[in-house]
Amino acid sequence: MIPHGSTEGAEGTRQQVRLPRAFRVFRASVWNLGTATIAACAHPDTPDQTVTLRLWAFGREGEEVQQLIPEFERQHPGIRVRVQQIPWIAAHEKLLTAYVGDATPDLAQIGNTWIPEFAVLGALQPLNAWVDRSEVVDSAAYFGGIWNTNTIGDTVFGVPWYVDTRVIFYRRDILARAGYREMPRTWAEWRRALEAVKRVQGPGRYAIFLPTNEWAQPYVFGMQAGSTLLDSAGRHGTFSDSAFRRAFDFYVGLFESGLAPALGNVEIANVYQEFARGRFAMWITGPWNLGEFRKRIPPDLQDDWSTAPLPAPSGDSAGVSIAGGASLALFRASRHKDAAWRLVEFLSARERQERFYRLTGDLPARTDAWKATGLADDPQARAFWLQLHRVQPVPKVPEVELIATRVFESAEQVIRGGRPAEAALAALDRDVDRILEKRRWMLDREAAR
Amino acid sequence: MTAKAPSSAEQGGSAWLFLAPALLLIGGFFFLPVAASLLLSFTDFDIYAIADPANVRLLGLRNYSELLASPMFWTALKNTFYFVLVGGPLTVAVSLGAALLVNARLVRFKSFFRTLYFAPFVTTLVAVAIVWRYLYHPEYGLLNYALGAAGIDPVDWLGDPRWAMPAIILLAVWKNFGYHMLIFIAGLQAIPEELYEAAYLDGAGPWHRFRHVTLPMLGPTLVFVGLITMIGFFQLFAEPYVMTQGGPLRSTTSLVLLMYEEGFRWWRMGYAAAVAFVLFLVILAAMLIGRRVRREEVA
Repeated sequence: MIPHGSTEGAEGTRQQVRLPRAFRVFRASVWNLGTATIAACAHPDTPDQTVTLRLWAFGREGEEVQQLIPEFERQHPGIRVRVQQIPWIAAHEKLLTAYVGDATPDLAQIGNTWIPEFAVLGALQPLNAWVDRSEVVDSAAYFGGIWNTNTIGDTVFGVPWYVDTRVIFYRRDILARAGYREMPRTWAEWRRALEAVKRVQGPGRYAIFLPTNEWAQPYVFGMQAGSTLLDSAGRHGTFSDSAFRRAFDFYVGLFESGLAPALGNVEIANVYQEFARGRFAMWITGPWNLGEFRKRIPPDLQDDWSTAPLPAPSGDSAGVSIAGGASLALFRASRHKDAAWRLVEFLSARERQERFYRLTGDLPARTDAWKATGLADDPQARAFWLQLHRVQPVPKVPEVELIATRVFESAEQVIRGGRPAEAALAALDRDVDRILEKRRWMLDREAAR
Repeated sequence: MTAKAPSSAEQGGSAWLFLAPALLLIGGFFFLPVAASLLLSFTDFDIYAIADPANVRLLGLRNYSELLASPMFWTALKNTFYFVLVGGPLTVAVSLGAALLVNARLVRFKSFFRTLYFAPFVTTLVAVAIVWRYLYHPEYGLLNYALGAAGIDPVDWLGDPRWAMPAIILLAVWKNFGYHMLIFIAGLQAIPEELYEAAYLDGAGPWHRFRHVTLPMLGPTLVFVGLITMIGFFQLFAEPYVMTQGGPLRSTTSLVLLMYEEGFRWWRMGYAAAVAFVLFLVILAAMLIGRRVRREEVA
C-alpha cells in the first residue's frame, strides 16, 4: 500500500515486515506436510521504531473503518495500520485458515458467536490485563448481555465493536386496522393480535414473516421460554425439555394456523417490496434493516413502520433476544499486542463509536454512544435500545452454529414436512448429542488430568 | 520416488528418469493427497484437532458407519441420483437433438446457432443463477407467467421441495447441453454420407435412417458423452450452492454440497473425507455397471 515514490525509510520497514511473512508461509506449508518443528527459527528481530499492525475487518465495516485509521496514525506516530477487508461470507474460513497457517493478523473483527471456537483453538489473546487497566474500555459502558458473549468464564476475549439483536419490525397501519395501537407484550396477547391481523389481511396475506431457514427465531423463542438449549456444561442438548417444547409448539403453531407463510429467505425475492405491499405485517429481523427500511420502503410508508421488542411468554418482563454483533479481538500470535490494544481502545472510544455508527449504520456497542447519537430516543431504533438490555448469549460452545442449523432444520421438517414435533425434537437431541460427542470427550479428558 | 532398479538396470533407469517428472507431479499432487484424505477419513479431524494434533482420535470406520446412519447422507445420495438419472439422460437427449438440428442440411446460420447454444456453457454460473432465479420467481417470474398464460397454477420453483430439484435439473441441462452438442456434431460429421444414401435407396425413412445409421455410428460418441455427463453430474455442487444452498428442506443437497458443508463450514474434516470416499465408490460402481451394460449390448 506504500505509494511508488516512497522514502527509503519506508521501504526499509516494508522489507522488515516482509521477511517474517515469508517464513510464516514456509512454516505453513511445512505444517501441512505434517512435520512441524521449524517454529523456533522464525523470529527475526524487529527494531521497534515503526510497528505495522494488521487489522482484518469484514464487509462494510472493513471498508468504513479505514476512514478512522488516519486519525489513529496521527495520534500514534510509531504505529501504521494495514486494514484488510474480507467479505463476510469468507471471513470465518479465512480466520481459521490463517490460524492453521500461523498467519493470523494482530487484531480482527470477529463475530461474537465465533469467540468460543477461536478461544478453544487458543487463537485469541485473553484481554483481562489490558481491560483492567483501561480507562476507555469498561464493561459497565456496554450492554451486559453483549459483554457476556465476549467472555468465557472470567476471561475476556473480545471488546464489543457493534451490536446486533432481533426485534419485530411491523406495519403500524395494518396493526391499527386490526385494532392494535401498539405491539402486545406477552405471547398470548401477541398471538391474538396476529390472528386479528390475519383476519384483516385476508387470504394470500399473512400476519408475520418468520423465514424458515433462519436459525435465530427458533433459538430466540426457546431462550424466551427459559430453555438453556444445552445443559450447563454444554455436554447435551435439552431440546426435548418442556421449556423448549413450549417455545417450539408456539413457533410451529404460527405456521400451522396460517399466521406466517412457510417460506424461507431465498423464496421471497424482495422482502422490502412485500413488506411495503402489506403481504405480511410483521417481520423478526436485525438492526441492519433499520437502514434498509429507510432506503427501500417508499416515502409515503415511512411513517407507517416501526419496531418493537420481542414479547415475552408471560408476565411483565420483556422477552429476551439473542446477543449478536461483532467484537475486536487480539490474536495470541501477534507480536505487537500493546499497539494492537491501543487501536482497540481508539476504536472503542465514544466519539469513534458515534462516527462508526454514522459511517456504517451499525448500532454502537457503548451505551453512552447511543445517547450521544440520539439513537436511544429515535422511535424506530428505540426497540433495539430496549431489547439490547435483555439479550442473552447463545451457548458458548464451538459447535453452536452447527447446532443452530440443526434446530431450524428440525423446525422446517415439522412446518413443511409434517413431522410430529415430538419426534423431531427427540431426533434433534440425538443429533446434537452426536455433534457434542467430541466436546464431551475433550471435557472428560481434561477432568481426568 | 527413487525406485529400485529393475533387472535390466540401464533401461529401467532411464525409463524412470523420463517418467520421474510426471510421476513426481502426480504422486505429489494427486496420490499423496488422496492417501492423506483416506487416512483423514478414519480420524475425527476437526476444529479441536486444528488447535492441537493430540486431539485427533483414530476412529476406524466410525465416520463411515455414522455416515450410513445419518438421514442427511441418504437424502443427499437420493438427491444426487435423482439429478444424475433424470438430468443425465435429459442432457444427452437435448444435446443430441440440438446437434441433429444444427447439423441438418436445411438449417441456415449454422455457426450462429452453434455459438448461441454453446454460450450458456461458457457463461459464469453465478451470473446465470441470478438470472434464473428471476425466471423462477414464484410471482414475477417469466416461467410462471408462461404457465399462467397456459392456464396452469404458478409453481414455487425454488421454494417447493418437490420442484426445487427439477428446477436445478432444468438449469443444469440448459447450462451444459451446448458442450455435448459440439461433441455430437463432431461425431455426426464423421458419419460417411454414403451410408445415408444407401439407406435412402433401400427405402429407409428419416426415423429409420436415424435409428439404424446415425445411432450405431454415434455409438462411441454416445458412450463418451454419457460417461462424462454422469461423472460430472455426480459431482453436482455449484448449482444448488448458488441457487438454493441445498434447501428447501434439504431437497437439493447433493453429496458434494454435503461434503463441502461438513468440511469447510463445520470443519469436520474426517467426516467430510468419508463423504468424499463414499462418493468415489458410488461413481466407481456406476462406471462399472455402465461398462457391464455396454458389454452385454455388444455381445
